[in-house]
Amino acid sequence: MTSYRLGSAGTVNRGQPLTFTFDGKSYKGFDGDTLASALLANDQMLMGRSFKYHRPRGPVTAGSSEPNALMTIGTGARAEPNVRATVAELYNGLTAVSQNRWPSLSTDIGAINGLLSPMLGAGFYYKTFMWPAALWEKLYEPVIRRAAGLGKLAMQADPDRYEKSWAHCDLLVIGSGPAGLMAALAAGRAGARVMLADEGFLLGGSLLSESASVGGVSALDFVKAAIEELASLPNVTLMPRTTVFGWYDDMVFGAVERVQKHVAVPSPDLPMERLWRIVAKRAILASGSEERPLVFGGNDKPGVMTASAMRTYANRYGVAAGGKVAVFTNGGSGYRTASDLIAAGVDVTTIIDARAQSADAVPEGVRMIRGGAVVDTKGRKRIDALIAERSGFQEEIACDALAMSGGWSPIVHLMCQRGAKPVWSDEAQAFLAPDVGSAFVAAGSAAGAQTISASLRDGAAKAAALARELGFAAYEMNIPEVEGEYDPAFAPVWYVPGAKGKAFVDLQNDVAVSDLGLAQREGFGHIEHTKRYTTAGMATDQGKLGNVNTIGIVAGMRGVSPAQIGTTTFRPFYTPVSFGALAGTSRGEHAAPTRTSPLHDWAKKNGATFVEAGLWHRSSWFARAGERTWRESVDREVQTVRSNAGLCDVSTLGKIEIFGTGAAEFLNRVYCNNFLKLPVGKARYGLMLREDGMILDDGTTSRLSENHYVMTTTTAYAGEVMAHLEFAAQTFWPELDVRFVSVTDQWAQMSLAGPKARTIMSRVVEDDISDAAFPYLGARAVTLRGGLKARLFRISFSGELAYELAVPSGYGEAVADAIMEAGRDEGICAYGVEALNVLRIEKGFVTHSEIDGRTTPDDLGFGRMMAMQKPDFIGKRQSSRFGLTAADRLQLVGLRPLEKLEEFSAGAHLLKEDATPAMANDQGWVSSVCQSPTLGHTIGLALMKSGRERYGETIVVWDGLRGGQVLAQVCPPVFVDPENRKLQG
Amino acid sequence: MASLITCPHCGTRPKEEFSIRGAALKRPDPAASEKDWHAYVYLRENPKGRYQEYWHHAAGCRRWLIVERDNVTHDVFAVSDAAAVRGASE
Repeated sequence: MTSYRLGSAGTVNRGQPLTFTFDGKSYKGFDGDTLASALLANDQMLMGRSFKYHRPRGPVTAGSSEPNALMTIGTGARAEPNVRATVAELYNGLTAVSQNRWPSLSTDIGAINGLLSPMLGAGFYYKTFMWPAALWEKLYEPVIRRAAGLGKLAMQADPDRYEKSWAHCDLLVIGSGPAGLMAALAAGRAGARVMLADEGFLLGGSLLSESASVGGVSALDFVKAAIEELASLPNVTLMPRTTVFGWYDDMVFGAVERVQKHVAVPSPDLPMERLWRIVAKRAILASGSEERPLVFGGNDKPGVMTASAMRTYANRYGVAAGGKVAVFTNGGSGYRTASDLIAAGVDVTTIIDARAQSADAVPEGVRMIRGGAVVDTKGRKRIDALIAERSGFQEEIACDALAMSGGWSPIVHLMCQRGAKPVWSDEAQAFLAPDVGSAFVAAGSAAGAQTISASLRDGAAKAAALARELGFAAYEMNIPEVEGEYDPAFAPVWYVPGAKGKAFVDLQNDVAVSDLGLAQREGFGHIEHTKRYTTAGMATDQGKLGNVNTIGIVAGMRGVSPAQIGTTTFRPFYTPVSFGALAGTSRGEHAAPTRTSPLHDWAKKNGATFVEAGLWHRSSWFARAGERTWRESVDREVQTVRSNAGLCDVSTLGKIEIFGTGAAEFLNRVYCNNFLKLPVGKARYGLMLREDGMILDDGTTSRLSENHYVMTTTTAYAGEVMAHLEFAAQTFWPELDVRFVSVTDQWAQMSLAGPKARTIMSRVVEDDISDAAFPYLGARAVTLRGGLKARLFRISFSGELAYELAVPSGYGEAVADAIMEAGRDEGICAYGVEALNVLRIEKGFVTHSEIDGRTTPDDLGFGRMMAMQKPDFIGKRQSSRFGLTAADRLQLVGLRPLEKLEEFSAGAHLLKEDATPAMANDQGWVSSVCQSPTLGHTIGLALMKSGRERYGETIVVWDGLRGGQVLAQVCPPVFVDPENRKLQG
Repeated sequence: MASLITCPHCGTRPKEEFSIRGAALKRPDPAASEKDWHAYVYLRENPKGRYQEYWHHAAGCRRWLIVERDNVTHDVFAVSDAAAVRGASE
């Protein structure tokens, strides 16, 4: 193994060696290396296999646009697939594994796809796996997915924490290269609050790889001094390892900070990543520019990389990409790479320039081929020669690395995320940033500046102008002199024709020039269609490297300018963002909290089985020893309530306190029935409608004093009803004096129901609660024995004599215990929502099974409750419209099976006897069903056409979903105590 | 991902704190025509561009606001308390 580490150059800390493994083998690198630079230093050029053809691949960049060197880093639950080795910061003990190969990276069976490549061109899947369609899911897709792919997920829960933060600043500077640094300095010195964010782990951007000197010192020393000054300014925040990935409405930028992706043992006190939302008054895009690869035969071999990447490996990391380097260029960048490499002691054999002539200085001892091209490369796991062609003559040139430069494209992604399209410039031969207004401007090479000195000037000037706009005093900036900079001008070469092998334009997706041609021939000419048909520009790199070449080549094929082809759509995110960062702390119970009633512990110790109802955990039934099924428990609970008494937790019902001199009038307008004359000390059942006449929710509201009410809502609609009341009060009748407070969580509420309820309750309450003193629908404050103030309501959802007692939440469990104790001799039991449901169906009371957004009060038998003489209430006007009063509307009825032992289920439909099951014959449907222990058979509630006129009729309960049908008799919906004797007893 | 709404009571807040109800229509007089009521309950303009909507500062002051915004550019032009607007026009 050869060491490719150069003598002394770079920012890596040679005093701090690090050990890491790649595919199980141990390597050494230095602090300051990326995984890619450390692997290159160890002669490990082969870093991955391509997506479709499994071709051997090495890194082609030294940055975030990398399409090839994707690896899985970390182990166990922390294994993260598709990490770009070119930006992964090396740490001690890092474990990396290559992807998309079997059995190993150097011997990969899947490489057979490469031999089949003539058959696997664009659209291959669409054309081949057409028939039989049934095999697509079972056979084709799994096989294709296994063969073509990226890394695999760990399939374990992420062990790390993530968090989200907001930040506010005057100026956000995105990128810390020459333009970004000067922008931050200019605005920082002027006194503006500046945030400087850069995706790299060292601030400095391209200056970290630069051999020119800036302000009389090395570029690196210039960066150090600038960062030192910025760090000393209290109004400047430096954010390395932070990728600004999105630009959103109102100048909000999304950014992800990799807080401890680079540490061997993450601290549990810190998040792994932090998602920032940065509100910036102004922003400068100083994201620099991307060097374009050249498109020629065999341009994907390991060892072929962009000229700037090769410079970065040499100048920043002190790593030579090879021992014998050739350069293929169409501009100054290739020459600069050659001279930098020679200065570092690397052998550069040949520069092949696509241009016939240029003014670039040729380093001494390097052979020049002008007006030539590379048409093919040789070698497998690393290039070992290239085939150069000039004037029809070909020659083989030995080399173990090839630098390529196809010109530069400004990185304008963020500015194009909100609909603006980049603008093609013939002069720059590139797409430039669009004008998106004065608050967000591009500077430096992102704005098309070509040289370092131009970028320094541009960054300083634009930041100064923005700072002035924000009212900060102008600060005169000295622009440092740059010595030894080169001219990066280039002549466009979109691709080299006549390639023998495949000439790749999108390396990550294995899209070759031939695929683009196929797409044009087959009618997928629009660039968005070309993208989908060939997959060019998809996957993790989203075509950062290949897209401009794709557009240029398609333009050439169609004989138009790239301006006429245009770009595909830019969307967040700029680079992949982990789900962990996007979720932040919203995981598990922080995303969907568990709501437990103040009586939860009481229910638990009484043996409750809980059921999830929305976020609530409600007690469902209370099994006792010897009960084998939930039905046995529920039957016992129902029978106990009907014969003795039962206690049920109803704390989850929504509770809203209503105050104000306008409260009575307000309630009268939001309920369809009368509330104006509800006396103090009384509760009333109310129906709230939507403006379209359908029932929104039901519940009771009690008048505790002249201008003070308490409303209950159903558990599910507590939030909706609160918002509805606020909407009505604020937008319909702002002149009414009325206020609301949600107190759902403040009160524990329990229902004591059964013939012995009064006996038991009077043992707990001091006040006189005889029928005369506290009749049906009484509602008032009471004092419990022991002095606790409580609220007592004589309301019933079971048809039994019943009370609801509300006490402050913290007293809930103690009061429930006291009631159970007081009722022990009376045979009290705890009952849950299952028994509650049986009790209410037996009594014909409705829930949201019946109030399903399609029913009117009249549908459910509440027609006479509607106070149509009131001048106004919500839903009044639409209640009388045609259709809501039609005679054949579905109406609430009861159902009982003709044969006592037969059962049916909710959701079944109703048919006349002998009618064919078809929508045209549908008579309605079953909304609620239970086994009634009181009656000893199945009963149901149903919504049936003209139902109230059809009591006594025999109907077919048809259940197409579960199969089977049962004959039932239509009856009134109240099965138990229709005269309400028990209720009012 | 984000946009900001300047609540007249709470200041500039992220839109995640709000819920949106839709067109900020004025409820017709109870005695208004059938046609007006039908339009109020069922018909929406759905214009492209400037639009007034009811927003509820559900995770803030619990006030209903009228937000005038451009549904193409997402520019917000005005945010006002609905009660103040409706109260003034009564």
